[in-house]
Amino acid sequence: MGESTATQTLAARTLQEIDQERVLESDWGGGRSPFGVSWAKFMMWIFLASDALTFAGLLSGYGVARLHSGTWPRQGEIFNLWVVATMTFLLICSSATMAMAVGAARRGDRGAAVRFLALTILGGLSFLGMQAYEWTHFIREGARLTTNPWGVPLFSATFFVITGFHGGHVTSGVLYLLAVTVRALRGRYSAEGVEIAGLYWHFVDLVWVFIFTLLYLI
Amino acid sequence: MERSGHGGYKVYILTWFWLLVITALEVSITLVHMPKVLMASLLILLALMKVVLIAAYFMHLRFERLSLVYVAVTPLVFAVILFFALVPDALRIPGIR
Repeated sequence: MGESTATQTLAARTLQEIDQERVLESDWGGGRSPFGVSWAKFMMWIFLASDALTFAGLLSGYGVARLHSGTWPRQGEIFNLWVVATMTFLLICSSATMAMAVGAARRGDRGAAVRFLALTILGGLSFLGMQAYEWTHFIREGARLTTNPWGVPLFSATFFVITGFHGGHVTSGVLYLLAVTVRALRGRYSAEGVEIAGLYWHFVDLVWVFIFTLLYLI
Repeated sequence: MERSGHGGYKVYILTWFWLLVITALEVSITLVHMPKVLMASLLILLALMKVVLIAAYFMHLRFERLSLVYVAVTPLVFAVILFFALVPDALRIPGIR
């Protein structure tokens, strides 16, 4: 009995010794935002992290398929590298104009923000147009999801799935940016809203860096 | 210096410029004959440089807290683990299902 009282006193003393104010002031103590960003921006980052894992799965699958098959068609002889380089160029430019739209929105310059957003959308649409051209060319040469004339069926399968999934991301990005632009034109937008849309757009560009390197160059 | 580089376009234009330079380098590397492994390592290194540039300046990660940077980097670590976990299986009896 005496022992349990001693434990209780000890527990009470330990509680007293914890300075509640200091706990709340610490980053992870509950009184602050540990990531230092608003919930909306943080949710976009969480979404991008999970989306990055989807692409990681697809690209790892591609790597395994390619390592396992032993031979792989020479992409340089099948795809026009200059078309793909131009697509990369377009996406990098649209990322730059997106960053500038965010900068303009932060300064409160709505006109400039809308103009840069429109340029970004134009870049995205041109990218999609060139991808459509590339797919058409590839399909006309006989490539299908399960077969192709170059002997390794997984070559066209991984190509269609990965670039298709990325193209889908560009398409949704264009729609997302269109919505943001329309809202900006009506004056119903916030600098942070533009920034969050920008995070998504830059992520699509970032994924393309890997796709460009792994699917076309290596 | 402007606080966290948000004000001017200069940072974005510089980032854009270096991204294009690295892309040009990548394309020229594929035109030069060299061992496959060396080419692949060079290309992956250049790709990582581009990714860091985009994340740090276009996505402002350089001006965010370290905890948010960890959130962004974690998937990349998992991606590398995922790939290397699958490699032994992929290399077993190549060309045979």
